[in-house]
Amino acid sequence: MAAVTRTRGSRWVLRWLVLVVVAIYLLLPLLAMVEFSTRGAGGTRSLDAWRGIGEDDDLVGSIVASVELAALTVVGMLVLLVPTMTWVHLRVPAMRRVVEFICLLPLTIPAIVLVVGVAPIYAWVTYLVGDSALTLTFVYVVLVLPYAYRAIDGGLGAIDIVTLSEAARSLGSSWFQVLVRVIIPNIRGALISASVVSIALVLGEFTIASLLNFDTVQVVINLLGKRNAGIAVAVSVAALLFAFVLLVVVAYLEPRRRDAQEDDTTAVPAPQEARS
Amino acid sequence: MTSRTDSPTTTSEPPAPGGGVEVRLVDLRRSYGSVHALDGLSLDLEPGELVALLGPSGCGKTTALRALAGLEELDSGTVMVDGKDTTRVSAHRRNMGMVFQAYSLFPNMTARDNVGYGLRLRRTAAAARRRRADELLELVGLGTHATRYPHQLSGGQQQRVALARALAIAPQVLLLDEPLSALDAKVRAQLRDEIRRVQREVGTTTLFVTHDQEEALAMADRVGVMSAGQLQQIAPPAELYERPRTAFVAEFVGLTNRIPGTATDGRAQVLGTAVPLLEGSATSGSVTVLVRPESIEVAPDEQGNGRVIAPTYLGSLGRVQVRLHDDSVVLAQVASHQATELTPGTPVRVTVRPTPVLAIA
Repeated sequence: MAAVTRTRGSRWVLRWLVLVVVAIYLLLPLLAMVEFSTRGAGGTRSLDAWRGIGEDDDLVGSIVASVELAALTVVGMLVLLVPTMTWVHLRVPAMRRVVEFICLLPLTIPAIVLVVGVAPIYAWVTYLVGDSALTLTFVYVVLVLPYAYRAIDGGLGAIDIVTLSEAARSLGSSWFQVLVRVIIPNIRGALISASVVSIALVLGEFTIASLLNFDTVQVVINLLGKRNAGIAVAVSVAALLFAFVLLVVVAYLEPRRRDAQEDDTTAVPAPQEARS
Repeated sequence: MTSRTDSPTTTSEPPAPGGGVEVRLVDLRRSYGSVHALDGLSLDLEPGELVALLGPSGCGKTTALRALAGLEELDSGTVMVDGKDTTRVSAHRRNMGMVFQAYSLFPNMTARDNVGYGLRLRRTAAAARRRRADELLELVGLGTHATRYPHQLSGGQQQRVALARALAIAPQVLLLDEPLSALDAKVRAQLRDEIRRVQREVGTTTLFVTHDQEEALAMADRVGVMSAGQLQQIAPPAELYERPRTAFVAEFVGLTNRIPGTATDGRAQVLGTAVPLLEGSATSGSVTVLVRPESIEVAPDEQGNGRVIAPTYLGSLGRVQVRLHDDSVVLAQVASHQATELTPGTPVRVTVRPTPVLAIA
């Protein structure tokens, strides 16, 4: 008995030790950033750098552009991937590997190579659509494909998509209604995960935007860092906090289901039937 | 049918149950590479009838059902429902209710919303939809479960909701694709009776696919036995069991002994008894006679023609395996007390009751 207690006690200590080490590893740089961004003259504390975020027009403009970019990228990714992957799962499962390969391809291509490839295309994009930073949506949709594909594929794999769609079809659903009323509501968690990853990726992307000369938030932070490191670090901390808030919101948006076993206690058994 | 689906206006009443319609499957063919899933299948269902398609895995029974539902494309053949050719009609316009083998309730909807889903697509007003869904949940004994989600229901309950959902749209034809196979034996037996009761009550023409012969015999007005994409025989359960037309049907439905005999003048001599032959039997010479275990009698006899190998006690009845003197083995059905008395090694006399049998050359 004493040995068991000793083992439990040492496990408890080990768990807390690991937690503290990980917390220090993750939080220390953040605390250092907060400390740096609140340094005032003569060793005092100041929020000037944080106030400066709202006063810098370029920075505000880039933040707005990046948020819009993130939203457009999410929409583009969902519109492109959800119907395609659903169709592949349902009608041409033999093509799953091909689609997976295509979607994962951007992972293997370094950003610099991607830029070299898309730069001539962007000359035309700028000519045809304009030089707004929002045109980065096209390349960002490609960039987020591997991560979004994985999340959505997991969601589609978690439900019996074939049976559900056939059931919906037999009840009178068109393919569009199958997608909107049956598939999408049942992979909502996967879609949210794919969207969050995409948003995080777009908000943190620097290389492509910089090399294609678009002023996104990361590009502007980089420029700002050269003349006012305090504001640059404050924006970085704010971006991290934004991502954290986003994750918390997503955690609440994720569909949660009560455990069926838990529900048994209140279940009213149907006539003559034991639970199967 | 299509106008109802496409109607842009909201209707205050759900579609009324239309009773049964006639269904005709004519010369259906479907191949996957060199495999013929359907090889000229023809089948007629009378209005309000419940027909079960029975057969081993891969015999084409599910393909036939899916072809009727519009979920499977045919290489050739015609599907007629209520006198209309629906072969090329899309699945969502066929107005057929289907219950699947796998649990198919929409996980994001409550039982009531699942049942009302088809009515929603038909633009039935919310109040009427709710009323109809509740009526059908009552019909399947789940009136108190309307607000539960699929994961809060047992397998049997889910299949009953699926049945209610299929019936809610007042389908022309009800299609049941092995809906009980995922359930345990007790629930399966209960749900089997319930499906039959509900089907009789609503009178919808029903095609039921199963590989479980007991299910098929217990539920169906007629049972069709399929093999290699073809219908071997379709008949009422008793006729199918007692008067099989082919060796496949005789051996697939129920248990059968293969016993050598001699056929002459419409009768066969088997184990010393002359038994009448069924239509389609080999009529002369040495034959193999297919005899049901319940047509075999076993009695202790020191001078008998065999010895008990293994008795099996099954509660309400028993079975005894006997090795005959020619070294062949026969299975006999006996009263349960006899199964306990006939211990291994007991000498017995095996005879055949003079019930009609099928003989093959």
